[in-house]
Amino acid sequence: MLLFAPIDFIDQLLLKAGLDPQTINYVIWPFLQIGLLVTVVALWVAYATYLERKISAFMQARLGPMRVGPWGLLQPIADGIKLLTKEDFIPDKADRWIFFFAPYIAVAAAFIVFSVIPFGPDWAVITDINIGVLFVLAVSSVGVLALILAGWSSNSKYSLLGALRSSAQMVSYEVGMGLSLIGALMFARTLSLSGIVTAQGSDSIWFVLYQPVGFLIFLVSGIAENNRAPFDLPEAESELVAGFHTEYSGFRWSLFFMAEYAAMVIVSALAVTLYLGGWYFPLVYRLTEARGYHNLYVIVSLLVFITKLLIVLYLYFWLRWTLPRFRYDQLMDIGWKWLIPSALINIALSGLAIFLLQALDGWRGFKLIDSLSGGLNLTASGKALMILFGVLGLFITGMLLARINWRSRDFNLKSQRRSIRTVNLPQGQPAVPASAKG
Amino acid sequence: MHQVEIATTQETLLDSPEMVLNMGPQHPSTHGVLRIILKLDGETVIDLDCDIGYLHRGMEKIAENRMYTMIAPYWDRLDYIAAVSNGLVWVETVEQMMGLEVPPRAHYLRTILTELNRIASHLLWLATHALDIGAVTVLLWALREREEILKIFERQFGARLTCHAWRVGGMPNDAYDDFQSDVRRFSNNFPKRLDEYETVLSENRIWLSRTVGIGVISAEDAIAIGLSGPSLRGSGVAWDIRKARPYAAYADMDFDIPLGENGDTYDRYLVRLEEMRQARRIIDQALEKLPDGPVNAKLPKIVKPPVGDYYHSIEGPKGEIGCYLVSDGTAQPWRVRVRPPSLINLQALKQLCLGHLVADVVAIIGTLDIVLGEIDR
Repeated sequence: MLLFAPIDFIDQLLLKAGLDPQTINYVIWPFLQIGLLVTVVALWVAYATYLERKISAFMQARLGPMRVGPWGLLQPIADGIKLLTKEDFIPDKADRWIFFFAPYIAVAAAFIVFSVIPFGPDWAVITDINIGVLFVLAVSSVGVLALILAGWSSNSKYSLLGALRSSAQMVSYEVGMGLSLIGALMFARTLSLSGIVTAQGSDSIWFVLYQPVGFLIFLVSGIAENNRAPFDLPEAESELVAGFHTEYSGFRWSLFFMAEYAAMVIVSALAVTLYLGGWYFPLVYRLTEARGYHNLYVIVSLLVFITKLLIVLYLYFWLRWTLPRFRYDQLMDIGWKWLIPSALINIALSGLAIFLLQALDGWRGFKLIDSLSGGLNLTASGKALMILFGVLGLFITGMLLARINWRSRDFNLKSQRRSIRTVNLPQGQPAVPASAKG
Repeated sequence: MHQVEIATTQETLLDSPEMVLNMGPQHPSTHGVLRIILKLDGETVIDLDCDIGYLHRGMEKIAENRMYTMIAPYWDRLDYIAAVSNGLVWVETVEQMMGLEVPPRAHYLRTILTELNRIASHLLWLATHALDIGAVTVLLWALREREEILKIFERQFGARLTCHAWRVGGMPNDAYDDFQSDVRRFSNNFPKRLDEYETVLSENRIWLSRTVGIGVISAEDAIAIGLSGPSLRGSGVAWDIRKARPYAAYADMDFDIPLGENGDTYDRYLVRLEEMRQARRIIDQALEKLPDGPVNAKLPKIVKPPVGDYYHSIEGPKGEIGCYLVSDGTAQPWRVRVRPPSLINLQALKQLCLGHLVADVVAIIGTLDIVLGEIDR
């Protein structure tokens, strides 16, 4: 592959410069990868805003950015320049140092997570640590700290309310999010993100089929975790002006913005990795790697991953421009009364399903489990059974949730939808209206 | 009211259970320059105070120094969202005081155009109300339809927002050539679009959970406060000036009055949506029956109503717009007083908001449909 000649070339060059292979592999290359990734992510974030503006424009019967460059393609760059050259303004009564550092924490927490996301096989992963999932959850929750610090240090009440909301929201939704992952991990039998993709690849299935409940919970809590609409309470502009970053402007504000979009990409990437097969797609391996085109394999896998990512991201945009915003207490209701119970039910059901599968394996000559080496590998009948369990899980979870919540006010809102009546009064009603109630 | 302490330092924030939040006058969803001082316990509103007057222009005083015909453009700036209705209340008051006979064609055109204005005003209300609750897309959809109406206004009056639509005794000029086809096209397309909003909002469970049971006001309380317009009808009181004291050509029109039941935000939302449908019905009928003839009455050189006082009111999009006029027989009024529906509807804010959360305050301001130009005058 001509395209990848430079990689070998740089290797040779570094070796000739007298560096030993270990330094090259563990110091130089990671730095190059990180540099590339930070650049790509920063650009990506800029163009994600463009994408969002175009998609929202499409939904709202307008054009979106059109003036800067062809189809407004240079708009994100113009925005970036504008934000970078703005005055770095710190309010008089703000806690200067915390105010100064909070955006960096936000953006660092978001960017570090990218190091473990498997964008593709082989060289498309920066590090593959064996506790990848835990790492992602741990580091991304540091982002909350930035929000709280920013809200507190601004010394503005809107910021403070935004920070309070965001801390409560992120803490409660992280529980649901973490619990929802356990079901998928039971099938993958590993915490390494690459391992999870490999498990889905070797089993030739996407875990969303086994874990529809888990996938839904993950998506909802992921959106809430990112403070995106309809859960964008911390920055609800119609109530709290701009929430925790009310007092921020210019570069620091753009860091928060970048962190938000990066976090959005991370949650989508996690959803893709855990439930939608990551970079795995049927036939890709057989058509490329098996025929000896290794780099082509990596590139096609990378494209597969990005396509899946964009589909999940589109869902984000779609929801944001369609739905109204929840209220604070309703948001907590959803987190604690719907998502966490359903995540717990999902864990129990998945465990039960795997237990049943193992118990049934070999009974009267049924062959359900292929091997347990790379994740849980099932035979065709085993897969069919698990998918059936997954669909059953949807119903069972729904029924149990209904049982838990049937007393709550929000349970059946559609039945509370009323219609209004119309009356046709005669002309010249007396000046004092008869109260027409009842 | 102004003694409310709003400068709280961080130390006392930790100690006190209450927090005073100053909302506005620069705030995205106070619909102008309304300032609300909220006293919060956590996020629950325990007390609330409104501060108005940031847009005071002294309209009523200015009117005392102007000729009767010169006052009409000022009235457009009261409720600038519904300039056509506001203009109508002024010219009708003067006409009725002088006993002028306005030609029927002018009456019909006034009916059509005020109903169009009602739709435009309700659309803007829907747009901002939905935006306050977080549904951004409805904003742009509603503005798209409003644009059609504003285009008709532009061709008819030469202005989109503050139209100066009427003259004492009739209209400045007859309807433009394509007026009927333009209005027909709008009224044919409109119901489809309205159904679109309904699909996005009416059965959306987030919308329901944000509006059902929020800002409830009973029929008795609503009458006691003096609410009018859709805010009153949302509580189930069948009171509409178009029916009770018909003006313009409303006596010839057949239309229904939508009534809510519980008086909450959701009912007021449904009432306004249905009012838009009824407005379209009125427009269709008026176009059907539109008579020929002149659009202007014969007017004396200088308009001088007889000595005395007079009160006239019409059903504006936001409620009863009234005008109380005292004339001393000269060419300028002795005293003019406007009954602004927004100001009186705003009185209900405290009662509606207490015990609700900050997010609901925004929804309730939206549902009252206030315009600060009218409140402050």
